[in-house]
This record gives sequence, C-alpha cells and structure tokens, in this order.
Amino acid sequence: MATSDETIEQLATREYKYGFETILETDTFPPGLNEDVVRALSAKKEEPEWLLEFRLKSFRAWQRMTEPAWHNLQIQPIDYQALSYYSAPKPKKQLASLDEVDPEVLRTFEKLGIPLEEQKLLANVAVDAVFDSVSVATTFREKLAELGIIFCSFSEAVREHPELVKQYLGSVVPYTDNFYATLNSAVFSDGSFVYIPKGLRCPMELSTYFRINEATTGQFERTLIIADEGAEVTYMEGCTAPKFETATLHSAVVELVALKGAKIQYITVQNWSNNVFNLVTKRGLAEEDAEVRWIDCNIGSRLTMKYPGVILKGRRARGEVLSIALASDGQHQDTGAKMIHAADDTTSNIIAKSISVGEGRSTYRGQVHIPRALRNCRNNTECDALLINANSRTDTYPAITVRGQRNSVQHEASVSKVSAEQIFYMRQRGLSEGEAMSLAVNGFVNDLVKEFPMEYSVELKRLIELEMEGSVG
Amino acid sequence: MPTAPAPSAVILPAPDASAPAWLAALRAQGAAEARALPMPRLGDEAWRFSDTRSLSLDGFAAAPEPAQADIDALVARSAALVADPAGLAVFVDGHCVLRPVLAPDLAARGVVFETLADAVRHHPALLQSHLLRHPAALGGAKFLALHKAWLGAGTVLRVPKGVRVGRPFVAVHWGLAEGAAVFPHTLVVAEESSGAAVADFFLGAHPGTRTLSISAADVHAGPNASVDRLSVQDWGAAAQSFQVDTTTGGRDARITSVNASLGSRRARLENVVRIEGAGADVRLYGISVSDGEQEFDQRTLQIHQAGSATSDLLFKNALLGKSRTIFSGLIKVAPDAQKTDAYQTNRNLLLSPDAEANSLPGLEIEANDVKCSHGATTGQIDPAELFYLRARGIPLESAQELLAFGFLEEIVGKVADEGLASTLRERLQAKFRR
Repeated sequence: MATSDETIEQLATREYKYGFETILETDTFPPGLNEDVVRALSAKKEEPEWLLEFRLKSFRAWQRMTEPAWHNLQIQPIDYQALSYYSAPKPKKQLASLDEVDPEVLRTFEKLGIPLEEQKLLANVAVDAVFDSVSVATTFREKLAELGIIFCSFSEAVREHPELVKQYLGSVVPYTDNFYATLNSAVFSDGSFVYIPKGLRCPMELSTYFRINEATTGQFERTLIIADEGAEVTYMEGCTAPKFETATLHSAVVELVALKGAKIQYITVQNWSNNVFNLVTKRGLAEEDAEVRWIDCNIGSRLTMKYPGVILKGRRARGEVLSIALASDGQHQDTGAKMIHAADDTTSNIIAKSISVGEGRSTYRGQVHIPRALRNCRNNTECDALLINANSRTDTYPAITVRGQRNSVQHEASVSKVSAEQIFYMRQRGLSEGEAMSLAVNGFVNDLVKEFPMEYSVELKRLIELEMEGSVG
Repeated sequence: MPTAPAPSAVILPAPDASAPAWLAALRAQGAAEARALPMPRLGDEAWRFSDTRSLSLDGFAAAPEPAQADIDALVARSAALVADPAGLAVFVDGHCVLRPVLAPDLAARGVVFETLADAVRHHPALLQSHLLRHPAALGGAKFLALHKAWLGAGTVLRVPKGVRVGRPFVAVHWGLAEGAAVFPHTLVVAEESSGAAVADFFLGAHPGTRTLSISAADVHAGPNASVDRLSVQDWGAAAQSFQVDTTTGGRDARITSVNASLGSRRARLENVVRIEGAGADVRLYGISVSDGEQEFDQRTLQIHQAGSATSDLLFKNALLGKSRTIFSGLIKVAPDAQKTDAYQTNRNLLLSPDAEANSLPGLEIEANDVKCSHGATTGQIDPAELFYLRARGIPLESAQELLAFGFLEEIVGKVADEGLASTLRERLQAKFRR
C-alpha cells in the first residue's frame, strides 16, 4: 500500500516538468524557478561561466532564505513559482501616430507638459528618422565614448568589460544580502552599467532615457555604477510619465561604487502603474572623501519597498538620502534610508517627506548605525509626513545605534495635515479648494523638489497637482 | 503564597489550594501560557537589539522567608526612603514583611491600600475587574504569563470617587537571598475625579544581590482622575528585571509616570499607555544611568483610542562603561482619534566610548487631524560646556558629573512629591559614585 510518505517523497523528487533544453528553446520561459531555469537564463544571455556561478550560488542561497515578515504589510504572498523568469526582448508594437495612443495616457502627457516628440517616444509611436538620428541620446552617447565613459546595458558590459563587472558585482549588495536582492542576483534580467574614469566629471546627467529604445530591462533590473577616484556623475532613473507594466513583481538591485573622492548622485522618479510590487535594494559604497547621494521620488506602484543606503567606508565620506513619497488610494509607499558608518569623520543626512492621500499609506523605515571605535560621525534625520484625508495613514520606524566617541545623531519626525487656516487663506484669494490643497502640498515638498534637475522638478510639481486632483471633499 | 522552586527555563509554582477559584484560574492560565510561549529569540522584532542569547531563568527560585534581623534592617531602610507616606508596604524576596496601615481619615473615606494577598480576600470584585486585563503588547508575553502564574506579592490601591490624597503610597520590594525569584504586582485604581501618588521601589539589599524580578503594574486613572507614579528599579548588580506595565487613562485623566532604571545586569521595562477617554493627558518619563555591562531595554507604546488627548514621552539615558540602552517607542493613533497630540523624545548621553545607545522611535498614524512628532538624539557632553566648568577650576570628573546630573534633572523634576524626588536624586548620584 502506498503510504502518504511515499507520495511526499515522489513529489519532492519529481522532475521539473521542463528540462534545461526545453526551457532554452522557448522565447518566454514557462513559469517556475529552479537551477535549470537559472542555467537556461544564463545560456540565453550567453554569459560567461563566472556569472553563471554567481547566479547559481545566489539561487542556492535564496532557496535557504525565507521571505521577511517584519514589514507589517497587507499583501498577498507572492508565488515565485508562478512567475516566468525570462522573456525574449520583443520589439514593442509600433504605433503609426499619436491618435492610436490611449487618450488617458495622452491627457497625462499633456498635463505634464512633455514635448510632442518625447511623447511619441514614450508611447512608442514611430519617431521620424531625422529626429531619432540627431536626437540628444545619439549625440550624447558618441561624446561620452570619446571621454572614456562606459555607459551601456548590463549585458553589454558583461561582454565588453567583464573585468569591471566581475570586480564590482555584488561588492556593495552581497548576493546573500536579503531575500529579494538574492533572488535578483540569481535571475537578474538587465539594467545599466556606468563607469566614469579617474578624475573625470561626467559632462552631462546620464539617464536611462537615453537607452529607451533598447531592449527593456525586465523585471529584475541590475544596475552597477562605478565612479573611479575623483570622478563625478549624476544618474537619472525613470521618468515622471506613468509607466504601464504588465509584470507585477519588480525587484531591482542597484549598486553604486564611489572610489576615493568620487561623487555619485542617483536620481529616481518611480511612477509605475498601480499593479506593480516594487521591492528594490539600492546601496552605495563611499570610499575616503567620496559622496553618494540618493534622490528618490516614489509616486507609482501598488507597493514600493525601497531603502536606499550608503556604506560610509572611508574617512570623511558623506552619504545623503532625499526622499519624496506620495501614496494615493490603494498604494503603500514603504520607503526610507540606511546609513552605515564604517569610518571616522563620516557624515550622513536623511530627509524624507511623505504625503498620504485618500486611503494611501506611507511608511518611513530607517537605519543609522555607528559602531564602536569610530569618532566624529554625524547623522541628521528628518522625516515629515503629511496626511490629507481622514483615512490616510502614515508610519515611521527608525532604528538608530550609536557607539564610539564624539559621534552625534539626531532624528526628528513629525506628522501633520494641511491646516484649515491655510486652505481658507487661499480660498479667500480665489483659489478652488483643490488648487489650494495642491499648492499647500507642493509647498510641503518644495525644498526637496528643488533638488531634482530643473525639468524633473517642473514635471514633479505638475504630477503632484495631478495626483491631488479630486482628493479633497 | 505559592511556593516550589523549579530550576528550568520555565519556573512554575505548585498549585495553591487556598486561592479562590478566580485567582487559581488566572494563575493556571498564566502557567499554561508560560509553558507554551517560547523564550524571546534573536530575530524577534519586539526584542530587536536586546541580547536575547543571555536570557535565562535558570538558577532562580522562590526564596524562603527572611530572618527577623534582616526584616528589621530592611523595614528601617524602607522607612527612610520617604518621610510620612500615606501608606508603606515592604516585601523581602516576595514575602510581605510590613503590611500597610492607613491613617483612619483615609480609611474612613474609603481609600484601600493593602497587600494583594489581603485584597484577594477583601476586594475580589475590584481585582477581577482590573487585574491584568490587557495582554503584553510589546514582546513580554512570556514574562507576563510567568508573573500571572506566580501572582501573589504586591499592593492594591483604590482611591474612591472625588478623594484626593497628597502624600504618596509606597511599596518597597527588596531582593535579599541569592537567586530569589520575585513577581511584584502593583494595582492602582483611581476612580473618577480622585487623585493619588504611588511609588514602587525595587531594591537590592546588597549591591551584588542576584534577583529575578518579573513585575507588572496596572494603573487605571478614571475620568478626571490624576495619578502620579514613580517606579525605581535598583536591584542588585547581578539581577535580571522585567517590568510589564500598563497605564490606562479615562476621559480627562491626568497621569504622570516616571520610571527610573539603575540596577540589575539587564532590565527590561515595557509600558503600554492606553488612552481610552477624550481629553486625557498622559506623561511618560524614563531616566537611567547605566554602567559596566548593564543592558537597559525600554519599550513603550502610546495607544490613542480616543481623540483630543495628549501623550508626551521623554526618556533620558546616561551611559557609562560598556553599557547598552535600547529605547523603542511607538505612538499609535487610531483612525477616529482626531485632534490627538502625541510626542515622543529619546535623548542619550554617551559618557564612554564603549557605551551603545539604540533608538527605535516609531509612529503609526491613522488619523489626519493630529499633531505627532518624535525625536531621538544621541551625543556626548558638549565640550564648550565642559570647558566653561573646567575654566572655573572644577576637575574634569566633577564637571562631567555635574553636566550629566543637569541632563537628568529634567526628569527628576517631573516627580511631583519633593521627598520622592530627592530620594531619586540621591540614588542617581550614588550610581555615579559606584
């Protein structure tokens, strides 16, 4: 008689339905995740042996990990076996003219004030050849190459600059770092790679936007930016235009390496559509006298969990996180920052502002760590939350550890709402209640919005206005 | 009194046949929970930063009754703590050695201040409606269960409607025998528009006494009542102390609670403030001086269930040696608790390069018309202030001490009763000289 033990045994040792070869033949992998899938993914991308090894050891580590449960979230558990881990880059359906684009999307573009040609690019409307060939993107790329700056997709970097990738991949976010980062290390799809040579100040702000017509980055984005000694770079990720996505889980890993005296500024504007779970690990490493700044704005997604961090490894290193989060109905923005001080005289600054609208929920989670034997480290943390409606929600969970000599840390947080007096004042001067509210909200985030590049900050302001529409009353 | 030592991770008393059914049931429930619940482990969020590996109840047991000479000496030391209290109860290793005697005028007005054992006989209804009504919300469930299982020592104070008593009601718990396990309880029921001050001292009879204390306090302030509570934890240097306290405020109630931590190898304080009535005003203060390898673990929760209420929290820690402190606070504002004012501040003064201060100040806000903030700072003595004193001929050590006292004095000043405040001040200063 077959016992239930045998049945379990059979289930446990059952062969995965799709063998390595079968998986490799498909354009889109069948759902499921095992070592064969990882191997097939690596083979599809024609990766070298060392990278496959990196993926496999990550995958094995991931299998031993459990999903974190500390986050106090209300979400359905994610079934990782129900996802497909590779899909061949397919050219998007080209549209003949803007008339074919969803009018809702166009309305948003218009409100954001995006130029016509750019609208076409974003909506995947065929751009006329002249525009494309002289586009800023193409011209910029040539100029960068002349200077010795490497700016390409991650896969390209693996092929062209394996020594750099091998040296720095996983050096800031180790493959065992956390459940999501480890999953990413096993199955990452693509992303950006940047290398700025010694002493060079990158003459322009780099942006994923330049790479917009290339293959999509996929769900498991992997980005690595290296600024060599004394180099400086600003990198911008995403754009204010809403990004419509079918894949619901996005788990990116971004690693920044700022060598001695280097400066990296990483700007994100996240505006995924409302079905996306955005579980991201972003971390920078700052060597002596280096500076890493994260400027982070989260507006979209169903749930974002993102805590950009800086490891202050060298003396006098500086880390900064400036963060804006806007949580509307049905959204949860769980954002924050981590500052790990690991050398004397290091300083860090965190300023986080969140706005909860309707039933939106925003959470600040932070960690500041100053270990024993360090001297003269400083941290300043400010987090302010604005609640718009009676059913909006906000949480703050910082964790601060301080030891050593002459270190000092201050943390401040406040929660408030737009005061009735403010609204009354503006209404008296002829503004509608909605306009008054959005003006007040813009005032709340104004000093942070200013930190974004000009064109972004203008768009951000409009975006906030847009999100605030109809939130009052 | 239940007795029976059991040297294991769960120490449980033998059943006490003389206890009334409701108390026996409560103890049995505690014993069952204590058996079922695991000890806190590394990775438990409610014990973050705590050294859970060194948590152990091994080697502690209920202690026998103390000798008469010890009793006399400790009663005398207890009486010296506060001049002219409204009532004084003294316990040694969990045994009551001095039962409180109330002044006739207070007794006539219906004030009750008795040992828990006496109150079990005299006021069962009062106990059943107020004793341990809330679960441990901050991670101390295992310890609260043990406390329930051993429930016996402690005091009960009831102040009837409209009665205000100026002088404090004092309970002093001494740890005398090596390895004694004690489970002191404090129940305070201040009825509508009444007022009272209570103080609990948890003291080691000798500087190095090893005691396990798992105490709990239930403080209930009814509508418009005012309660001032002071708890001073100064067990011997080898002690382990766990305090699981609940403070409940009704409409327009005013509560001030000052919690001092000085003694023990490790001491954990949990205090949950529940604001159940509109207009309540609760002030929760903490003060500590830690040295050597001490770990002070302070966890607080301010729950605003009713609107238009205020809660304010200030915890100040001065750290010496290789000591560690953890402050973890959370303000929770329920969706309809509009017009809430809730504040939380943690300030840590590092007086040694090897000390470690951890702060976890948290907010969970579900109402929008609120004023909530928290702040946490950790730093050293301001060198400019130190220079000022040294320039005036004050030696470095004295100058540091003076500045540290200045830092702590803000909290001492919150103790309304002058006598209690100066007792606290003396103990703080003594700690620096140890």
